[in-house]
Parts: sequence; C-alpha cells; structure tokens
Amino acid sequence: MRANVLDPGAPRGGAVRPYWLLLRAGFRSQAAYPLAAAAGMFTNAVFGVLKATVLTAAAAAAGGSLAGYSGGQLLAYVWVSQAMIGFVAAMGTAEIGERIRTGDVATDFTRPLDVQGAHLAADLGRSFFSVLPRGLPCLAIGALVTGMTLPAAAAPYVLGAVSLLLATVLSFLCRYAVAILGFWLVDTRGLATFYTVLSGFFMGLSLPVSAFPSWLRTIAHATPFPSVMASPVDVLIGRLTGPDAIRAIAVQAAWVVGIGLLGRVLTARGRRTLEVQGG
Amino acid sequence: MVDRMPTATAYAAVLRSRVRAQASYPIPFAVDLLAALVVGVLEFAEIWVLFHRAGVLGGLDIRGVLLVFGLAEFAFSIADLVVGHMDRLPDYLRAGTLDMFYLRPQSILAQLMTSEISLKRLSRVLFGGGAIVVALRLNAIHWTTARAGMLALTLVCAPILYGALFVLAAGLQFHLLDGREFTNAFVYGGRYAATQPASVWPTSLVAGFAFLIPVAFTAYLPAMVLLGHPGGGWLPAGLAWALPLATLWSVALAAAGWRNGIRHYQGGGG
Repeated sequence: MRANVLDPGAPRGGAVRPYWLLLRAGFRSQAAYPLAAAAGMFTNAVFGVLKATVLTAAAAAAGGSLAGYSGGQLLAYVWVSQAMIGFVAAMGTAEIGERIRTGDVATDFTRPLDVQGAHLAADLGRSFFSVLPRGLPCLAIGALVTGMTLPAAAAPYVLGAVSLLLATVLSFLCRYAVAILGFWLVDTRGLATFYTVLSGFFMGLSLPVSAFPSWLRTIAHATPFPSVMASPVDVLIGRLTGPDAIRAIAVQAAWVVGIGLLGRVLTARGRRTLEVQGG
Repeated sequence: MVDRMPTATAYAAVLRSRVRAQASYPIPFAVDLLAALVVGVLEFAEIWVLFHRAGVLGGLDIRGVLLVFGLAEFAFSIADLVVGHMDRLPDYLRAGTLDMFYLRPQSILAQLMTSEISLKRLSRVLFGGGAIVVALRLNAIHWTTARAGMLALTLVCAPILYGALFVLAAGLQFHLLDGREFTNAFVYGGRYAATQPASVWPTSLVAGFAFLIPVAFTAYLPAMVLLGHPGGGWLPAGLAWALPLATLWSVALAAAGWRNGIRHYQGGGG
C-alpha cells in the first residue's frame, strides 16, 4: 500500500476503512443515549404483551393454531418481530431526507465516498447498537412473560442471522430510496409517514404476513416489505426451513440488489437537479 | 392588550393561522391527510384480518369489534388533533425554547395546548366517526335511554381521557428527556389496547389498561353496554358507567404529572 503523500492524515487501510469508521460512529451515536434505547425497548415490550395476548386468543378461537403457526410459534413471531423493530428501524426514516431538505447533502457530495454507501454504514452502526439494549432484552421479557417456542436445531439461527442482516440492509435501502425523492419533492416528511405506515403493515409488524387472506398476501409479496421482517422472523423461528428458507433469503437478496440499484440511479439523477441556496 | 385577550379568542386566532398555513401547501397537506387516513384504515385492516381468522374473539364478532374500534379511534383522534402536539415538548426542552413560554401571560400548559393544531388528523376523526356510524347500523342496537346516554357520555368523556394521557406524558417528559419514548407505551399503547376485546386480557393487562391507564372505559366497556353484551371476567358491562370516574382519575393523574414536571424544570439556562 502506498502512503498518501498529499494528505498524510488520511485514514489508512484502504477504501473500506472510512465506511468502517462511519459504522462505528453510527454505533457510538446511539450508545450516547442509553435511556432512549431503554425507552424504545420498554414500548416495544408493552406492545409485545398486547399483541401476544390477542394473537394467542385468536389462535385459541381458530382451533389452536393460526395460519399454520402453533401457539408457541405465534408467540415467537410476536417477540422476535417486536425485538427487531430497532434493528431494522421499522419506524425510522433515512437521515439523508433531512439533509436534502436543509441542503447539507451538498457536503456529502464533496466527500470522496459513495453517498449511499456512507449512509448505509452509519445506519448499520445504529442497527448493530440496538441489538444489546433493545433486541435481546425484549426477547428476554417475552420469554419470561408469555414464553415462546424457538427451534432446537442450529440451522434456523445461522440462516436467520443471514436473513436478519439482509433485512436491515434492505430496510435502509428502501428508506433511502424514499428519502432521496427529496431531490424533487424537497419535503419528504409526509411521504416518509406514509411509507412507515404502509411498510409496517406489509412487513408483518402487526400480524404475520402468512396470516393475511391470499389476495392481501399477494399484494404484500409484490412489495419488498415482507423481506424486511416477516421473512427473517419466519426463518428464525423455524417456520421456513430448508429450501423454503433459502428461497426467502434469495428473494431478500434480489430486493437488496434491486432497491439498491434504484437508490443509486436516483442519487445520480438527483445530484444533477440539486440546487442549494446560500453560500 | 394581549393579556386581556381571552383564551378562546387567542385560540381562534391560532386556529385560523394554522388553517391558512396548512392550506398554503395543498399537496403536502393532502398527502398528510391521506397518510393519516391510511393509518386508520390499516389499523382496522389488522383487526379485520385477525377476525377473518378467528371468527369470534372475546365474545365479539367483527361487527362488534368495529364499534369498539370506532369509539377508540374517534376519541383518540380528537385528543390527538387538539393536544397531540404536546408530544413535541421534548424538542422544546432539548432546544431550551420552552423558556420563551414563561414570558407570556398565560399558563405554560394552555400555551402548549393552543400552540398548534394538526388539521391533517381530521381525516382520522372522520374515519373514526364513520366507523361508529357504520357499526351502530350493522349491530341492530335496541336503543334505550340508558344506551343513548352511554353513547353520549362516551363521546364526551373518552376524548378528555385520551387528552389527559397526552398531558400526563408531557409532564413526565420533564424527567425523561432522552427517554421520551417511554410514554408511547401508555399513550399509543393505550390507544392500541383500547381497540382490543379486553375480555381476553390477563390480569396484568386489566390492571394496566383498565384501571391504571383506564382506556378500556373509552371503547370496550361502552360498546358492551350498547351491544347488550355482559362483558367478561374483570370487566362486566355495568362497569362502563364508571367512565366519568375513570376520566376524572386520568385528569387527576395528568394534573399531578404536569405539576410535578413543571416544578422539576430548572430552565434552559437562557
């Protein structure tokens, strides 16, 4: 590796290092607010108890199982999905929307980094931080309060980890693609609310997508949203196994590529339309 | 001059300015109205899917739960429209801008309440009202004076109860700061709980959402009276008549929480 003669202070370690630093910065930006993480976890857990109660009652009324989920699996669905709200930022937006609105995005373009990649790195840092204070305690509360049936084999956890990682990347890429429309719309806050609500329903945040009536399930699967939550949860709790799990992961990967490319095209086009006022 | 201005006149002026401001950006406003409506529609879709699978849940069928949903949605949306912007208090606290409110000759609470009105939330009020009307027709209710009285009582008290929850949440924000999301557990969690058939709740949820934060009184219990349903477990239908007490309790909680919060506040250092 050649030393950087022009800028001796430039970070060493090749092209990946700046993204690694951004990821760590994203992680630390959340670590500064432990109370915020605790508050998010508490609210997710309260909603978890309410969802678990009504879904268990619904399963009992439907004859012991709901859409093929046993009682214990349904509880696992509720708690794993509640626990991953912070990880996939199910109710989040992308920071770049606000940066486009204020014009700060011009700074992003002056940096020798890929704009989408840099924002992805920081977002992943925030996601990884949420695992310890939000994800795991929420699961533990679920296990204590209602219990749940988790798979005994190792395969669902290995595949589930891959699926979770793809889910958080996909979630970011979708939020980024919505926020980047700010190049044309300026204010995307209304659109972001709209997105949060629709994606939340179709990702299976309130109910498993598999429990939808078939016409609604078809609509859901025409969107990337089940890949953000329902698929990783189903893989992790062992409802999708073997070839089904692999297929779900392949679908996730396809969405990551598709939405990722869409975001890149929009970023390149938007950059040409960008006008920043002031000096 | 300003100090003589009655609250109602001031509020009317704020309202007019908000209408003008929000109407001057018609497209974003239309998107907001639609987004708020879609929130309501999808929340009902969730319940519909559940009942589509379960048939009857906690003694209620889909028509019965539509009434519970409509009552909760209508009352919460009115509270959200009128005082929902109290949610923004943590932003003022963080930025130190709350101190400006101390310069004006009106209580901080009254100023915060009247500082804004989010007209986009009107679409959810209409949606909730529509759900009540449809549910009342679908359920073939045997109207009596008592039942009509129960409906009137609910339409008046339930929005006050939810409004009190917003104020209680704001009072707690003085202590919580970064932990602002804690109060979502009982404000938005309460609204979510209110749409459920409460008869399926275990004791912990009854304690939490029927007595401590008494949202079961805003929709489930009144609906039991209207439908002539006995209710269940810890929540017999007759308990619905305690709605004014539940409302008073919430208002008392809100008053205590707000006073405690405002006394705790040390100023933004400005």
